[in-house]
Amino acid sequence: MGLPMTLLLPLTFLLPLAGTLILSISRGTLSERASAFVGVASIGLSALVTGLIFLQFLAGDGAPQTVTLWTWIAVGDFQPTIGLALDGLSLTMLGVITGVGFLIHLFAAWYMRGEEGITRFYAFMNLFVFSMILLVLGDNLLMLFLGWEGVGMCSYLLIGYYYQHSTNGWAAFKAFIVTRIGDVFLAIGMFLIFLELGTLNIAEILQRAPEVWARGDTMVELAALLILGGAMGKSAQLPLHTWLADAMAGPTPVSALIHAATMVTAGVYLIARMNGIFTLAPDVLYLVGVIGALTLLMAGFAALAQTDIKRVLAYSTMSQIGYMFLALGVGAFDAAIFHLMTHAFFKALLFLSAGAVIVSCHHEQDMSRLGGLWRRLPLAYAGFVIGGAALAALPLITAGFYSKDEILWQALASGNGGLLLAGLIGAFLTSLYTLRLIIGTFHGETKSDNARHAEAGRGLVHGLPLVVLAVLSTFLGAWLQPPLADVLPASPGEGVHAWHTALEIIASATALAGIALGAWLFLRRREWLARLAGQGWGARLWTLWNHAWGFDAFFDRLLVRPYRGLVRLLSGDPLDGLIGLSTRLAWLFNAGLTRTQTGKMRIYATSMVFGATLVLLVLVLGA
Amino acid sequence: MSGVPMEHGLVLAAILFALGLAGLMFRRNMIFVLMSLEVMLNAAGLAFIVGGTAWQQPEGQAMFLLVITLAAAEASVGLALLIQLNHRFKTLDLDAASRMRG
Amino acid sequence: MEIAFYLSGLVAVLATLGVITNANPVHALLYLIVSLIAVAMVFFSLGAPFAGALEIIVYAGAIMVLFVFVVMMLNLGEGVAAQERAWLKPRTWLGPAVLAAALLLVLIATLWRGDIGLVIQGETLTAKMVGITLFGPWLIVVELAAMLLLAALVTASHVGRMAPDKPATNRETGARGDA
Repeated sequence: MGLPMTLLLPLTFLLPLAGTLILSISRGTLSERASAFVGVASIGLSALVTGLIFLQFLAGDGAPQTVTLWTWIAVGDFQPTIGLALDGLSLTMLGVITGVGFLIHLFAAWYMRGEEGITRFYAFMNLFVFSMILLVLGDNLLMLFLGWEGVGMCSYLLIGYYYQHSTNGWAAFKAFIVTRIGDVFLAIGMFLIFLELGTLNIAEILQRAPEVWARGDTMVELAALLILGGAMGKSAQLPLHTWLADAMAGPTPVSALIHAATMVTAGVYLIARMNGIFTLAPDVLYLVGVIGALTLLMAGFAALAQTDIKRVLAYSTMSQIGYMFLALGVGAFDAAIFHLMTHAFFKALLFLSAGAVIVSCHHEQDMSRLGGLWRRLPLAYAGFVIGGAALAALPLITAGFYSKDEILWQALASGNGGLLLAGLIGAFLTSLYTLRLIIGTFHGETKSDNARHAEAGRGLVHGLPLVVLAVLSTFLGAWLQPPLADVLPASPGEGVHAWHTALEIIASATALAGIALGAWLFLRRREWLARLAGQGWGARLWTLWNHAWGFDAFFDRLLVRPYRGLVRLLSGDPLDGLIGLSTRLAWLFNAGLTRTQTGKMRIYATSMVFGATLVLLVLVLGA
Repeated sequence: MSGVPMEHGLVLAAILFALGLAGLMFRRNMIFVLMSLEVMLNAAGLAFIVGGTAWQQPEGQAMFLLVITLAAAEASVGLALLIQLNHRFKTLDLDAASRMRG
Repeated sequence: MEIAFYLSGLVAVLATLGVITNANPVHALLYLIVSLIAVAMVFFSLGAPFAGALEIIVYAGAIMVLFVFVVMMLNLGEGVAAQERAWLKPRTWLGPAVLAAALLLVLIATLWRGDIGLVIQGETLTAKMVGITLFGPWLIVVELAAMLLLAALVTASHVGRMAPDKPATNRETGARGDA
C-alpha cells in the first residue's frame, strides 16, 4: 500500500528544483503573488511528500531504504551513483528541512512583501531546499558534497540578496570564503577516505572503516579531523565561526532557514552521519566536544554584548550548535540530533519573531532603538517569549529543556566534567542574554520613532508559522522523538539513571538563576549596567565581547594583512622584471645594432674590412 | 739567373689591393669608388698572374681572363647605377642613397 | 727583367695612389690608366704577354673608355673638384687608411710566414698555351664568362635606362618628385 519510495524520495527534492526552474525561467514575468505562490507551494508539496514518507517509514520495519537512480560517473572502481538513502537520521533532517522550511517560506511571503526581486529570492530559497535535501538524502559522500556546495552557494547568494549595499556583498563574500576553507578540508577528507577505503558510499564506509582501521589509527584520526574541518566551517564553530554574525545581512527568513535551522547544522549532521569514523578516532571526537564547549562559551559571552537583535540570535545559534558539537564529542549522537531538531523549531521561531519585529518597526533592528513593544506586537512578543524560554531551556514546559538536558546528562554520564561545566555555564549565559534580548526589545521605554510607529503584522501567512513554531517549541515539540535508534550508536548515558534527576535540578536551577539575575539586572539595575559598560574595564570587556573576542581583527592581522602585503609585493611582479631583463637586453642590443644600419655603403665596407682583417689576424696569429 | 721572388709580386698585388680598398672606404664620389674597385680587381688579377708564372702554368692567365670579364661586367653595371644615381639624386654622393637604413 | 718589374711596380703603386687621392675625376681616370699600363708592364716582365696585352686592350682600352664616356656624359662642372677636396679631410681618410694599412700588414705577414720560395724567371707563357687551356679543360669557364657578360649587358641596359618622367615611378622608388 502506498506509493513506492523510488517515486516519493526523488519527489522531495525535485519539487523545489521545479520551483527554482519555474521561477528562474520566468525572468521576472511572474507577479509577486505568483512568485511567492510557486516558491511556497513547491516546498509545501515537498513537505507533504515528506509526511507521506514519514508515515510509510513508520509503518515499515524502520530499516534503511536506498534508491539508486543511476550511476553518476564510472571510472574504474570509482562509481558514485545518484543514490538516495533513507533512514531515521535523514528522515529527521528531511522533516526539519521541509517542515520548518515550509513555515519559513510561508512567513517570507509576508516578510518580503513589496521587496524588489522576490522571484529571485524564492528561486534561491527553493534551490537551497533542493541542495539541502540532496545533502541529507545522498547515499554517498559525493552527493553529500554536491548538496554541501549547493547550500553554500545559496547561502552566498542570499546573504548578498540586498546587493545594492556593498557591505552585504562583503558579508556574503566572507561567508563564502570562510566556509570554503572548511569545504576544502572536507574534500581532502573525502579523497583520503576514498584512497583508504576505496568507496564513497556512506553505508559501505561505515561498514568497512572498522575492518581497515584500528581504533586510534593515524589515518582515521586524520580523516576524522578533515571531516571535522568541513563541519566547523559550515556550522560556524571556532575558529571558522566569524562569518555567521555577518551573514545576518541577508533577509531575516534566510537567517531563519539557512543560518539557524538547517544549513549551519549540516556540520552536526555530517559528523553524526560519519559516526563510525569518529568513534574510531576518539581523540578527534573529544576535540569535537572541546570545540563545541569553547564555541558555546565564546558565543555566549559575545551574545551578551550585541545590540543588533539578529546578531544576538546569530551568536546564540553558534552557541547552540556548540552544544550539539559537545553532544557529538561525548558520543551522544542522538542527543545532538534531537537538539538540532528542537533548535530548528525554537530558533526559527525566534528569527521569524525578530523578522516580525523588524518589518513592523520599519526595518529597525537595533535594540538600543527599540523597546517597549510588547503591547504593540503581541504575537511577536509571544513568539519571543516562547522561543526564548526554549532557548534558555526553561524546565518542563519547553522543548529546549528536554534536548539540552539530554546533552548535559550525556556529558555527565560520559565522565567529561569539564564539558559538563562548560555546558552549565553556557546555559546560565543563555538565560542571561535571552532575557536581555527580550527585555531590550519589548520592555522599557520606546527609543525611536520607528518603534513608536510599529504596526503589527496581520494575516495567516504571518501568524500561522509563528503559532505552529511556537507550539513546536514547547514540550509538545519534544514529543517528536526522532527514530534514530537503528542509525546511531548508543549514547554513553543509555540505561544509566543515577544522578539524572539531580542534574536536571541543577540545570534547571542554573537556567532559572540566569533568568532571575537577568531580570534583576536588566529591569532594576539598568543605569548601573550602562555605567559599568561605559568606563574602565567594563567598557573594554564590552568592546571585546561586542567584537566576539576580536577574532575578526585577529584573522585580519594573521592572514588578511600578510596576504595583502604579499600581494602588494608581488603586484610589481619582481619575477616578471627578472624575465623581462632578457627582453630589455635584446632591446638594448637591437638599439645598438640599429645604429650601425646607416645606409652608408662606405661604413658597411669599412666594417667588412675590419671584420676580414680581424679574421685574418686571428688565422695568422693562431697558425 | 736572378729572378723576381714570388712574394714580391704578391706584395705588389697586396699593396695595390690595399690602396684600392682605402680608396673604396674613404671616397664618397661614386666614380672614385668604382675606380677603386677596378684597382682592387686588377690587384687580384695580378696575384693570379704572379701565381701562374711562378708555377709556370697557363691557368693563371686563364683566370685573369675571368677576372677581366668580371671587371668588365662590374664596370658596366656600376656605371649604369652611377648614371641612375646622378639622374635621381642629382649628385654622385653615395651617402645620398641611404634610404634603407634601419 | 727584374728592374722592369720593380720599376713598373713602383709606377703602378704611385699611379694608384694618385687615383685614390686625386680630386679631379678625369685626372684620376688618367692615373688609373697609367696604373693599368704599369701593371701590364709587370705582366710582360713576369712573362705573361697574353695577360699584359689583354690588360691594355680590355682594361686600359675598353673599360677605361667606358669610364671616360660616362664622365663626359655626366658633364661634371668645376664644382666637383672642390667638392672632392672638401670631402677629403684627414678625419675622413685617416681611419680607412689605417685600417687598409693594417690589412696590408696582415697580408704581408701572411706571405712572410709562407715558405714557397719560388722565383719567377720570366719565361714566357705564350698565348697559345693559354688558348689551349681555355678552350680545352676550361671551356666551361669561358661559357660562364660569356653568360656573365650577357647578364651584365642586360642588367646595365635595364638599370641604365632613363626612367620616363612619370609620377608613378616616383612613388614606387621614393625618389624626388622632380627627378
